[in-house]
Amino acid sequence: MSLIEKVTATDTPLLTVAGLTKNYGARIGCADVSFDLFPGEVLGIVGESGSGKSTLLSCLAGHQRPDLGQIIYDGQDVIAMSESARRRLGRTDWAYVHQNPRDGLRMGVSAGGNVGERLMAVGARHYGDIRAAATDWLGRVEIDADRIDDRPRAFSGGMQQRLQIARNLVTGPRLVFMDEPTGGLDVSVQARLLDLLRGLVRDLGLSVVIVTHDLAVVRLLAHRLMVMQGGRVVEQGLTDQVLDDPQHAYTQLLVSSVLQV
Amino acid sequence: MNDATPEPAYNFAYLDEQTKRMIRRAILKGIAVPGYQVPFASREMPMPYGWGTGGVQVTAACLVPEDRLKVIDQGADDTTNAVSIRRFFARTAGVATTTRTTEATLIQTRHRIPETPLHAGQILVYQVPIPEPLRFLEPRETETRKMHELEEYGLMHVKLYEDIARHGQIATSYAYPVKVSGRYVMDPSPIPKFDNPKLSGSPAIQLFGAGREQRIYALPPYTKVVSLDFDDHPFQASKAAHDCDLCGAKASYLDEVITDDLGGRMFVCSDTDFCTDRQAHGKRGRVSAPVSGDAA
Repeated sequence: MSLIEKVTATDTPLLTVAGLTKNYGARIGCADVSFDLFPGEVLGIVGESGSGKSTLLSCLAGHQRPDLGQIIYDGQDVIAMSESARRRLGRTDWAYVHQNPRDGLRMGVSAGGNVGERLMAVGARHYGDIRAAATDWLGRVEIDADRIDDRPRAFSGGMQQRLQIARNLVTGPRLVFMDEPTGGLDVSVQARLLDLLRGLVRDLGLSVVIVTHDLAVVRLLAHRLMVMQGGRVVEQGLTDQVLDDPQHAYTQLLVSSVLQV
Repeated sequence: MNDATPEPAYNFAYLDEQTKRMIRRAILKGIAVPGYQVPFASREMPMPYGWGTGGVQVTAACLVPEDRLKVIDQGADDTTNAVSIRRFFARTAGVATTTRTTEATLIQTRHRIPETPLHAGQILVYQVPIPEPLRFLEPRETETRKMHELEEYGLMHVKLYEDIARHGQIATSYAYPVKVSGRYVMDPSPIPKFDNPKLSGSPAIQLFGAGREQRIYALPPYTKVVSLDFDDHPFQASKAAHDCDLCGAKASYLDEVITDDLGGRMFVCSDTDFCTDRQAHGKRGRVSAPVSGDAA
């Protein structure tokens, strides 16, 4: 199904953000950000360091409280909902993939335990079932089943990142936030990870908000693109349209800065 | 045992009245919210942390002159910790002491629940080293408090999952986490998991004091306490697969005692009062002298 068909098939957005603003004292974190995210859609957010990408993402995921604005997820006001409801959302319907897998994984707990944690957090109490789900998910992110009892410490950076993705997707979330998921990985590992992510997003019909400074990542994954500078959205549109025909001066600079090999 | 006259230099039971009042308030709050860790202003006690400073403060706050105190350490009445705490209260409070579970009105314990069932009116005080069951999984206190607040206890099962993944069974054998009346997950102090079933529905009041960590929590009488487990790996109260070699008890928790360097060993009840009582009633184990030839 193409993006156009998807968008017309489901005309109610999964996530609606309106006028989102977060200031750090007098400094702007992000200002007046608005967008709609539809089911199955991947939204890329690009911009240089300090442009407010990560602030925006952490406000969306409920890690920080925005100063102004509205976030509506599936008809519920995320900012107004109680903390327990928001945290429950965070371990069922939502997922958050950190840039550094060490932030998203429990390093002292085996791979199987890491994947199983979200299942147990939503009430799974059958060891055999949890183990089977963990084995299944390790397979889907291309980690050998015999590594299930190894701790993430013993894994390479790319494997850790794939483990983090498995751990997040095991409860079947509908909305995934990703903060530079390919940062710090070498290019061949990056390529494999992107390939994997693209497959998972397509197969599971996930909605994704992905923050990155790597334009190749959004070119591959994102349907739509938002370009941020100084905490504000300076340009948004379809990914290919923004990257091939940038209108804003900053976007033009960003696109022309990519090295051509 | 004899009623010692209290040392005149000390207030009754060592602590001053305002401190006891503060501790009693924490205890009452703990009883009102079973399993919830109530912070309290723990005092320096004349013993090192780890020797039961929390338990001693709870005992001091609960003691009245009419009380009869029993102190056990790993089930025994005659080990250093038990003897010194018993003498401490005999001197500072002048209360009667006993080693008999049935006669005691207040029992301070380290790491055991007496085998003899407790009755209504008794208070059991536990010494707790680390009150937070989630501590070794989540080091942040702010986060563990939030997890208790929002009842997010999935992490506790991660620990049990790890046990099974590594050992094939739930290898946690002491300080086995429990859920109290369907709400708070609680560390029952390092009692063997053999004792966990005794926590539930006990007619006695059970109080837990952690001195260094400054927490008090409680189980009011007849509280439902459930040990956490998996559907396909249910909780099992385990003990050594032997009978007591002194009294022949089949269902009491046993200590293994090495008797020589040739592999000789014996298993004896860890609850000394239970064991001596059974022996006094003529029960005999593998290595004890037979009843008939009991000349000495």
